[in-house]
Amino acid sequence: MELFVFVCASVMVLVGALGVIVRKHPVHAALSLVLTLFGIAVLFVAQSAEFLAAVQVIVYAGAIVILFLFVIMLLGVDKAENLQIEPLTGQRWIAGVVGLGMVGLLTTAVVSGSDVLRLRGLGIASSVAGENADANIQQLANSIFSDYVFAFEVTSVLLVVAVVGTVLLARRRTGKGIA
Amino acid sequence: MFGLVVVPTPTWYLVLSAVLFSIGAVGVLVRRNPLVMFMCIELMLNAVNLTFVTVGRAMSDINGQAIVFFVMVVAAAEVVVGLGIIVSIMRRRSGVNVDDLTELKG
Repeated sequence: MELFVFVCASVMVLVGALGVIVRKHPVHAALSLVLTLFGIAVLFVAQSAEFLAAVQVIVYAGAIVILFLFVIMLLGVDKAENLQIEPLTGQRWIAGVVGLGMVGLLTTAVVSGSDVLRLRGLGIASSVAGENADANIQQLANSIFSDYVFAFEVTSVLLVVAVVGTVLLARRRTGKGIA
Repeated sequence: MFGLVVVPTPTWYLVLSAVLFSIGAVGVLVRRNPLVMFMCIELMLNAVNLTFVTVGRAMSDINGQAIVFFVMVVAAAEVVVGLGIIVSIMRRRSGVNVDDLTELKG
Protein backbone atom coordinates (compact mmCIF):
# COMPACT_ATOMS: atom_id res chain seq x y z
CA MET A 1 0.00 0.00 0.00
CA GLU A 2 2.72 2.44 0.94
CA LEU A 3 4.56 1.40 -2.21
CA PHE A 4 1.54 2.28 -4.34
CA VAL A 5 1.19 5.67 -2.62
CA PHE A 6 4.89 6.33 -3.01
CA VAL A 7 4.93 5.52 -6.71
CA CYS A 8 1.85 7.64 -7.48
CA ALA A 9 3.10 10.59 -5.44
CA SER A 10 6.57 10.35 -6.99
CA VAL A 11 5.09 10.47 -10.46
CA MET A 12 3.07 13.53 -9.43
CA VAL A 13 6.13 15.24 -7.98
CA LEU A 14 8.45 14.54 -10.90
CA VAL A 15 5.92 15.34 -13.64
CA GLY A 16 5.08 18.59 -11.90
CA ALA A 17 8.72 19.53 -11.40
CA LEU A 18 9.58 18.83 -15.03
CA GLY A 19 6.51 20.81 -16.02
CA VAL A 20 7.77 23.81 -14.09
CA ILE A 21 11.03 23.93 -16.01
CA VAL A 22 9.82 23.03 -19.51
CA ARG A 23 6.47 24.78 -19.88
CA LYS A 24 6.69 27.96 -21.91
CA HIS A 25 3.81 29.73 -20.25
CA PRO A 26 4.42 31.02 -16.69
CA VAL A 27 0.83 30.22 -15.69
CA HIS A 28 1.28 26.63 -16.79
CA ALA A 29 4.50 26.47 -14.81
CA ALA A 30 2.67 27.70 -11.71
CA LEU A 31 -0.04 25.07 -12.17
CA SER A 32 2.61 22.36 -12.56
CA LEU A 33 4.07 23.63 -9.31
CA VAL A 34 0.69 22.93 -7.66
CA LEU A 35 0.95 19.32 -8.82
CA THR A 36 4.37 18.97 -7.26
CA LEU A 37 3.24 20.54 -4.00
CA PHE A 38 0.28 18.19 -3.73
CA GLY A 39 2.58 15.25 -4.38
CA ILE A 40 4.84 16.39 -1.56
CA ALA A 41 1.79 16.68 0.70
CA VAL A 42 0.83 13.09 -0.15
CA LEU A 43 4.35 11.97 0.73
CA PHE A 44 4.05 13.82 4.05
CA VAL A 45 0.85 11.93 4.83
CA ALA A 46 2.52 8.66 3.86
CA GLN A 47 5.22 9.45 6.39
CA SER A 48 2.68 10.26 9.12
CA ALA A 49 3.31 14.01 9.11
CA GLU A 50 -0.34 14.91 8.83
CA PHE A 51 -0.12 18.42 10.20
CA LEU A 52 2.65 19.35 7.80
CA ALA A 53 0.67 17.96 4.91
CA ALA A 54 -2.24 20.23 5.80
CA VAL A 55 0.08 23.21 6.17
CA GLN A 56 1.71 22.33 2.86
CA VAL A 57 -1.61 22.41 1.05
CA ILE A 58 -2.81 25.57 2.77
CA VAL A 59 0.37 27.62 2.70
CA TYR A 60 2.11 26.44 -0.45
CA ALA A 61 -0.63 25.36 -2.80
CA GLY A 62 -3.09 27.83 -1.35
CA ALA A 63 -1.17 30.98 -0.61
CA ILE A 64 2.15 30.94 -2.39
CA VAL A 65 0.97 29.71 -5.78
CA ILE A 66 -1.95 32.13 -5.68
CA LEU A 67 0.57 34.88 -4.97
CA PHE A 68 2.60 33.77 -7.98
CA LEU A 69 -0.50 33.82 -10.18
CA PHE A 70 -1.44 37.24 -8.85
CA VAL A 71 1.96 38.64 -9.73
CA ILE A 72 1.87 37.05 -13.18
CA MET A 73 -1.49 38.64 -13.86
CA LEU A 74 -0.50 41.95 -12.29
CA LEU A 75 2.61 42.31 -14.38
CA GLY A 76 0.91 41.09 -17.52
CA VAL A 77 3.66 38.63 -18.34
CA ASP A 78 1.18 35.82 -18.98
CA LYS A 79 2.33 35.11 -22.49
CA ALA A 80 4.39 32.26 -23.75
CA GLU A 81 8.08 32.88 -24.06
CA ASN A 82 10.23 31.52 -26.78
CA LEU A 83 12.34 28.78 -25.29
CA GLN A 84 14.03 27.91 -28.56
CA ILE A 85 16.60 30.67 -28.44
CA GLU A 86 19.42 30.01 -26.05
CA PRO A 87 20.82 33.16 -24.47
CA LEU A 88 24.22 31.65 -23.82
CA THR A 89 25.51 29.08 -26.24
CA GLY A 90 25.87 25.64 -24.75
CA GLN A 91 24.38 26.68 -21.45
CA ARG A 92 21.61 24.08 -21.51
CA TRP A 93 24.01 21.23 -22.12
CA ILE A 94 26.20 22.36 -19.28
CA ALA A 95 23.17 22.80 -17.02
CA GLY A 96 21.99 19.29 -17.91
CA VAL A 97 25.40 17.84 -17.14
CA VAL A 98 25.46 19.74 -13.85
CA GLY A 99 22.00 18.42 -13.00
CA LEU A 100 22.90 14.83 -13.78
CA GLY A 101 26.08 15.17 -11.78
CA MET A 102 24.12 16.58 -8.87
CA VAL A 103 21.68 13.67 -8.99
CA GLY A 104 24.58 11.25 -9.06
CA LEU A 105 26.44 12.86 -6.21
CA LEU A 106 23.39 13.25 -3.98
CA THR A 107 22.23 9.70 -4.65
CA THR A 108 25.67 8.36 -3.85
CA ALA A 109 25.76 10.38 -0.65
CA VAL A 110 22.29 9.21 0.39
CA VAL A 111 22.96 5.55 -0.33
CA SER A 112 26.36 5.47 1.30
CA GLY A 113 25.16 7.43 4.31
CA SER A 114 21.98 5.48 4.91
CA ASP A 115 23.42 3.53 7.83
CA VAL A 116 23.59 6.75 9.81
CA LEU A 117 19.79 6.75 9.92
CA ARG A 118 19.13 4.84 13.09
CA LEU A 119 16.58 5.40 15.75
CA ARG A 120 17.77 7.87 18.27
CA GLY A 121 14.85 10.17 18.92
CA LEU A 122 12.07 9.90 21.41
CA GLY A 123 9.69 8.37 18.92
CA ILE A 124 7.02 9.85 16.73
CA ALA A 125 3.44 9.47 17.85
CA SER A 126 1.40 8.30 14.91
CA SER A 127 -2.09 9.56 14.45
CA VAL A 128 -4.40 6.57 14.38
CA ALA A 129 -8.00 7.20 13.54
CA GLY A 130 -10.21 6.42 16.48
CA GLU A 131 -7.99 6.26 19.52
CA ASN A 132 -5.71 9.28 19.26
CA ALA A 133 -6.41 11.05 16.03
CA ASP A 134 -4.33 14.15 16.69
CA ALA A 135 -1.25 12.64 18.25
CA ASN A 136 0.97 14.11 15.55
CA ILE A 137 -0.31 17.63 16.14
CA GLN A 138 0.06 17.30 19.91
CA GLN A 139 3.63 16.09 19.68
CA LEU A 140 4.59 18.74 17.14
CA ALA A 141 3.01 21.44 19.28
CA ASN A 142 4.90 20.20 22.32
CA SER A 143 8.12 20.47 20.36
CA ILE A 144 7.47 23.89 18.84
CA PHE A 145 5.96 25.58 21.86
CA SER A 146 8.42 24.27 24.42
CA ASP A 147 11.77 23.55 22.81
CA TYR A 148 11.60 26.08 20.03
CA VAL A 149 9.35 28.75 21.47
CA PHE A 150 12.00 31.44 21.05
CA ALA A 151 12.48 30.57 17.37
CA PHE A 152 8.71 30.59 17.00
CA GLU A 153 8.50 34.12 18.36
CA VAL A 154 11.34 35.23 16.09
CA THR A 155 9.44 33.94 13.07
CA SER A 156 6.57 36.25 13.96
CA VAL A 157 8.99 39.18 13.93
CA LEU A 158 10.28 37.92 10.58
CA LEU A 159 6.79 37.87 9.11
CA VAL A 160 6.10 41.43 10.28
CA VAL A 161 9.39 42.61 8.78
CA ALA A 162 8.60 40.84 5.51
CA VAL A 163 5.16 42.41 5.25
CA VAL A 164 6.41 45.92 6.01
CA GLY A 165 9.33 45.53 3.63
CA THR A 166 7.10 44.33 0.83
CA VAL A 167 4.72 47.23 1.27
CA LEU A 168 7.66 49.61 1.06
CA LEU A 169 9.13 47.83 -1.96
CA ALA A 170 6.03 47.41 -4.05
CA ARG A 171 4.23 50.63 -3.51
CA ARG A 172 4.29 53.28 -6.17
CA ARG A 173 6.41 56.24 -5.32
CA THR A 174 4.21 59.29 -5.57
CA GLY A 175 5.14 62.79 -4.62
CA LYS A 176 8.59 63.90 -3.62
CA GLY A 177 10.29 63.74 -0.31
CA ILE A 178 8.70 60.47 0.66
CA ALA A 179 11.43 57.92 0.26
CA MET B 1 -0.45 -11.40 2.50
CA PHE B 2 1.36 -11.99 -0.74
CA GLY B 3 4.67 -13.06 0.65
CA LEU B 4 6.99 -10.40 -0.64
CA VAL B 5 5.69 -6.92 0.06
CA VAL B 6 8.04 -4.16 -0.96
CA VAL B 7 7.95 -1.25 1.43
CA PRO B 8 9.66 1.97 0.41
CA THR B 9 12.63 2.60 2.65
CA PRO B 10 13.80 6.08 3.67
CA THR B 11 16.45 5.86 0.97
CA TRP B 12 13.76 5.90 -1.69
CA TYR B 13 12.32 9.11 -0.33
CA LEU B 14 15.78 10.66 -0.07
CA VAL B 15 16.64 9.75 -3.65
CA LEU B 16 13.33 11.21 -4.81
CA SER B 17 14.06 14.45 -3.01
CA ALA B 18 17.60 14.49 -4.48
CA VAL B 19 16.09 14.23 -7.97
CA LEU B 20 13.58 16.96 -7.15
CA PHE B 21 16.32 19.23 -5.85
CA SER B 22 18.38 18.70 -8.99
CA ILE B 23 15.42 19.47 -11.24
CA GLY B 24 14.95 22.72 -9.34
CA ALA B 25 18.62 23.60 -9.64
CA VAL B 26 18.63 22.92 -13.39
CA GLY B 27 15.53 25.08 -13.71
CA VAL B 28 17.24 27.99 -11.99
CA LEU B 29 20.19 27.59 -14.34
CA VAL B 30 18.18 27.23 -17.53
CA ARG B 31 15.16 29.49 -17.26
CA ARG B 32 15.40 33.24 -17.76
CA ASN B 33 12.03 34.36 -16.43
CA PRO B 34 12.48 35.53 -12.83
CA LEU B 35 9.06 34.21 -11.79
CA VAL B 36 9.83 30.73 -13.09
CA MET B 37 13.23 30.85 -11.42
CA PHE B 38 11.43 31.62 -8.19
CA MET B 39 9.20 28.59 -8.69
CA CYS B 40 12.29 26.47 -9.15
CA ILE B 41 13.61 27.76 -5.83
CA GLU B 42 10.33 26.60 -4.29
CA LEU B 43 10.96 23.17 -5.79
CA MET B 44 14.33 23.01 -4.07
CA LEU B 45 12.84 24.11 -0.75
CA ASN B 46 10.23 21.39 -1.02
CA ALA B 47 12.90 18.80 -1.72
CA VAL B 48 14.68 19.85 1.45
CA ASN B 49 11.42 19.67 3.41
CA LEU B 50 10.84 16.14 2.17
CA THR B 51 14.36 15.23 3.27
CA PHE B 52 13.77 16.63 6.74
CA VAL B 53 10.52 14.71 7.20
CA THR B 54 12.07 11.49 5.92
CA VAL B 55 15.12 11.69 8.13
CA GLY B 56 12.99 12.67 11.10
CA ARG B 57 10.84 9.62 10.58
CA ALA B 58 13.82 7.33 10.05
CA MET B 59 15.38 8.58 13.26
CA SER B 60 12.02 8.62 14.99
CA ASP B 61 12.48 12.22 16.00
CA ILE B 62 9.77 14.88 15.91
CA ASN B 63 12.29 17.70 15.49
CA GLY B 64 12.53 16.89 11.80
CA GLN B 65 8.93 17.98 11.43
CA ALA B 66 9.37 21.01 13.68
CA ILE B 67 12.11 22.40 11.46
CA VAL B 68 10.00 21.86 8.36
CA PHE B 69 7.40 24.09 9.99
CA PHE B 70 9.98 26.85 10.36
CA VAL B 71 11.25 26.33 6.82
CA MET B 72 7.70 26.84 5.54
CA VAL B 73 7.33 30.09 7.48
CA VAL B 74 10.63 31.43 6.20
CA ALA B 75 9.77 30.33 2.66
CA ALA B 76 6.50 32.24 2.83
CA ALA B 77 8.32 35.39 3.97
CA GLU B 78 10.95 34.89 1.28
CA VAL B 79 8.35 34.57 -1.46
CA VAL B 80 6.59 37.73 -0.31
CA VAL B 81 9.78 39.79 -0.33
CA GLY B 82 11.04 38.30 -3.57
CA LEU B 83 7.82 38.91 -5.44
CA GLY B 84 7.79 42.48 -4.10
CA ILE B 85 11.26 43.00 -5.54
CA ILE B 86 10.23 41.46 -8.87
CA VAL B 87 7.13 43.67 -9.05
CA SER B 88 9.11 46.81 -8.36
CA ILE B 89 11.76 45.88 -10.96
CA MET B 90 9.21 44.94 -13.59
CA ARG B 91 7.35 48.16 -13.14
CA ARG B 92 10.15 50.31 -14.49
CA ARG B 93 11.22 47.97 -17.27
CA SER B 94 9.05 45.80 -19.41
CA GLY B 95 11.29 42.85 -20.20
CA VAL B 96 10.98 39.57 -18.39
CA ASN B 97 14.56 38.47 -18.73
CA VAL B 98 17.03 38.33 -15.88
CA ASP B 99 19.90 38.82 -18.31
CA ASP B 100 18.80 42.41 -18.79
CA LEU B 101 19.03 43.19 -15.10
CA THR B 102 22.70 43.98 -14.90
CA GLU B 103 22.50 47.39 -13.32
CA LEU B 104 24.27 46.28 -10.19
CA LYS B 105 27.14 44.82 -12.17
CA GLY B 106 30.38 46.41 -11.06
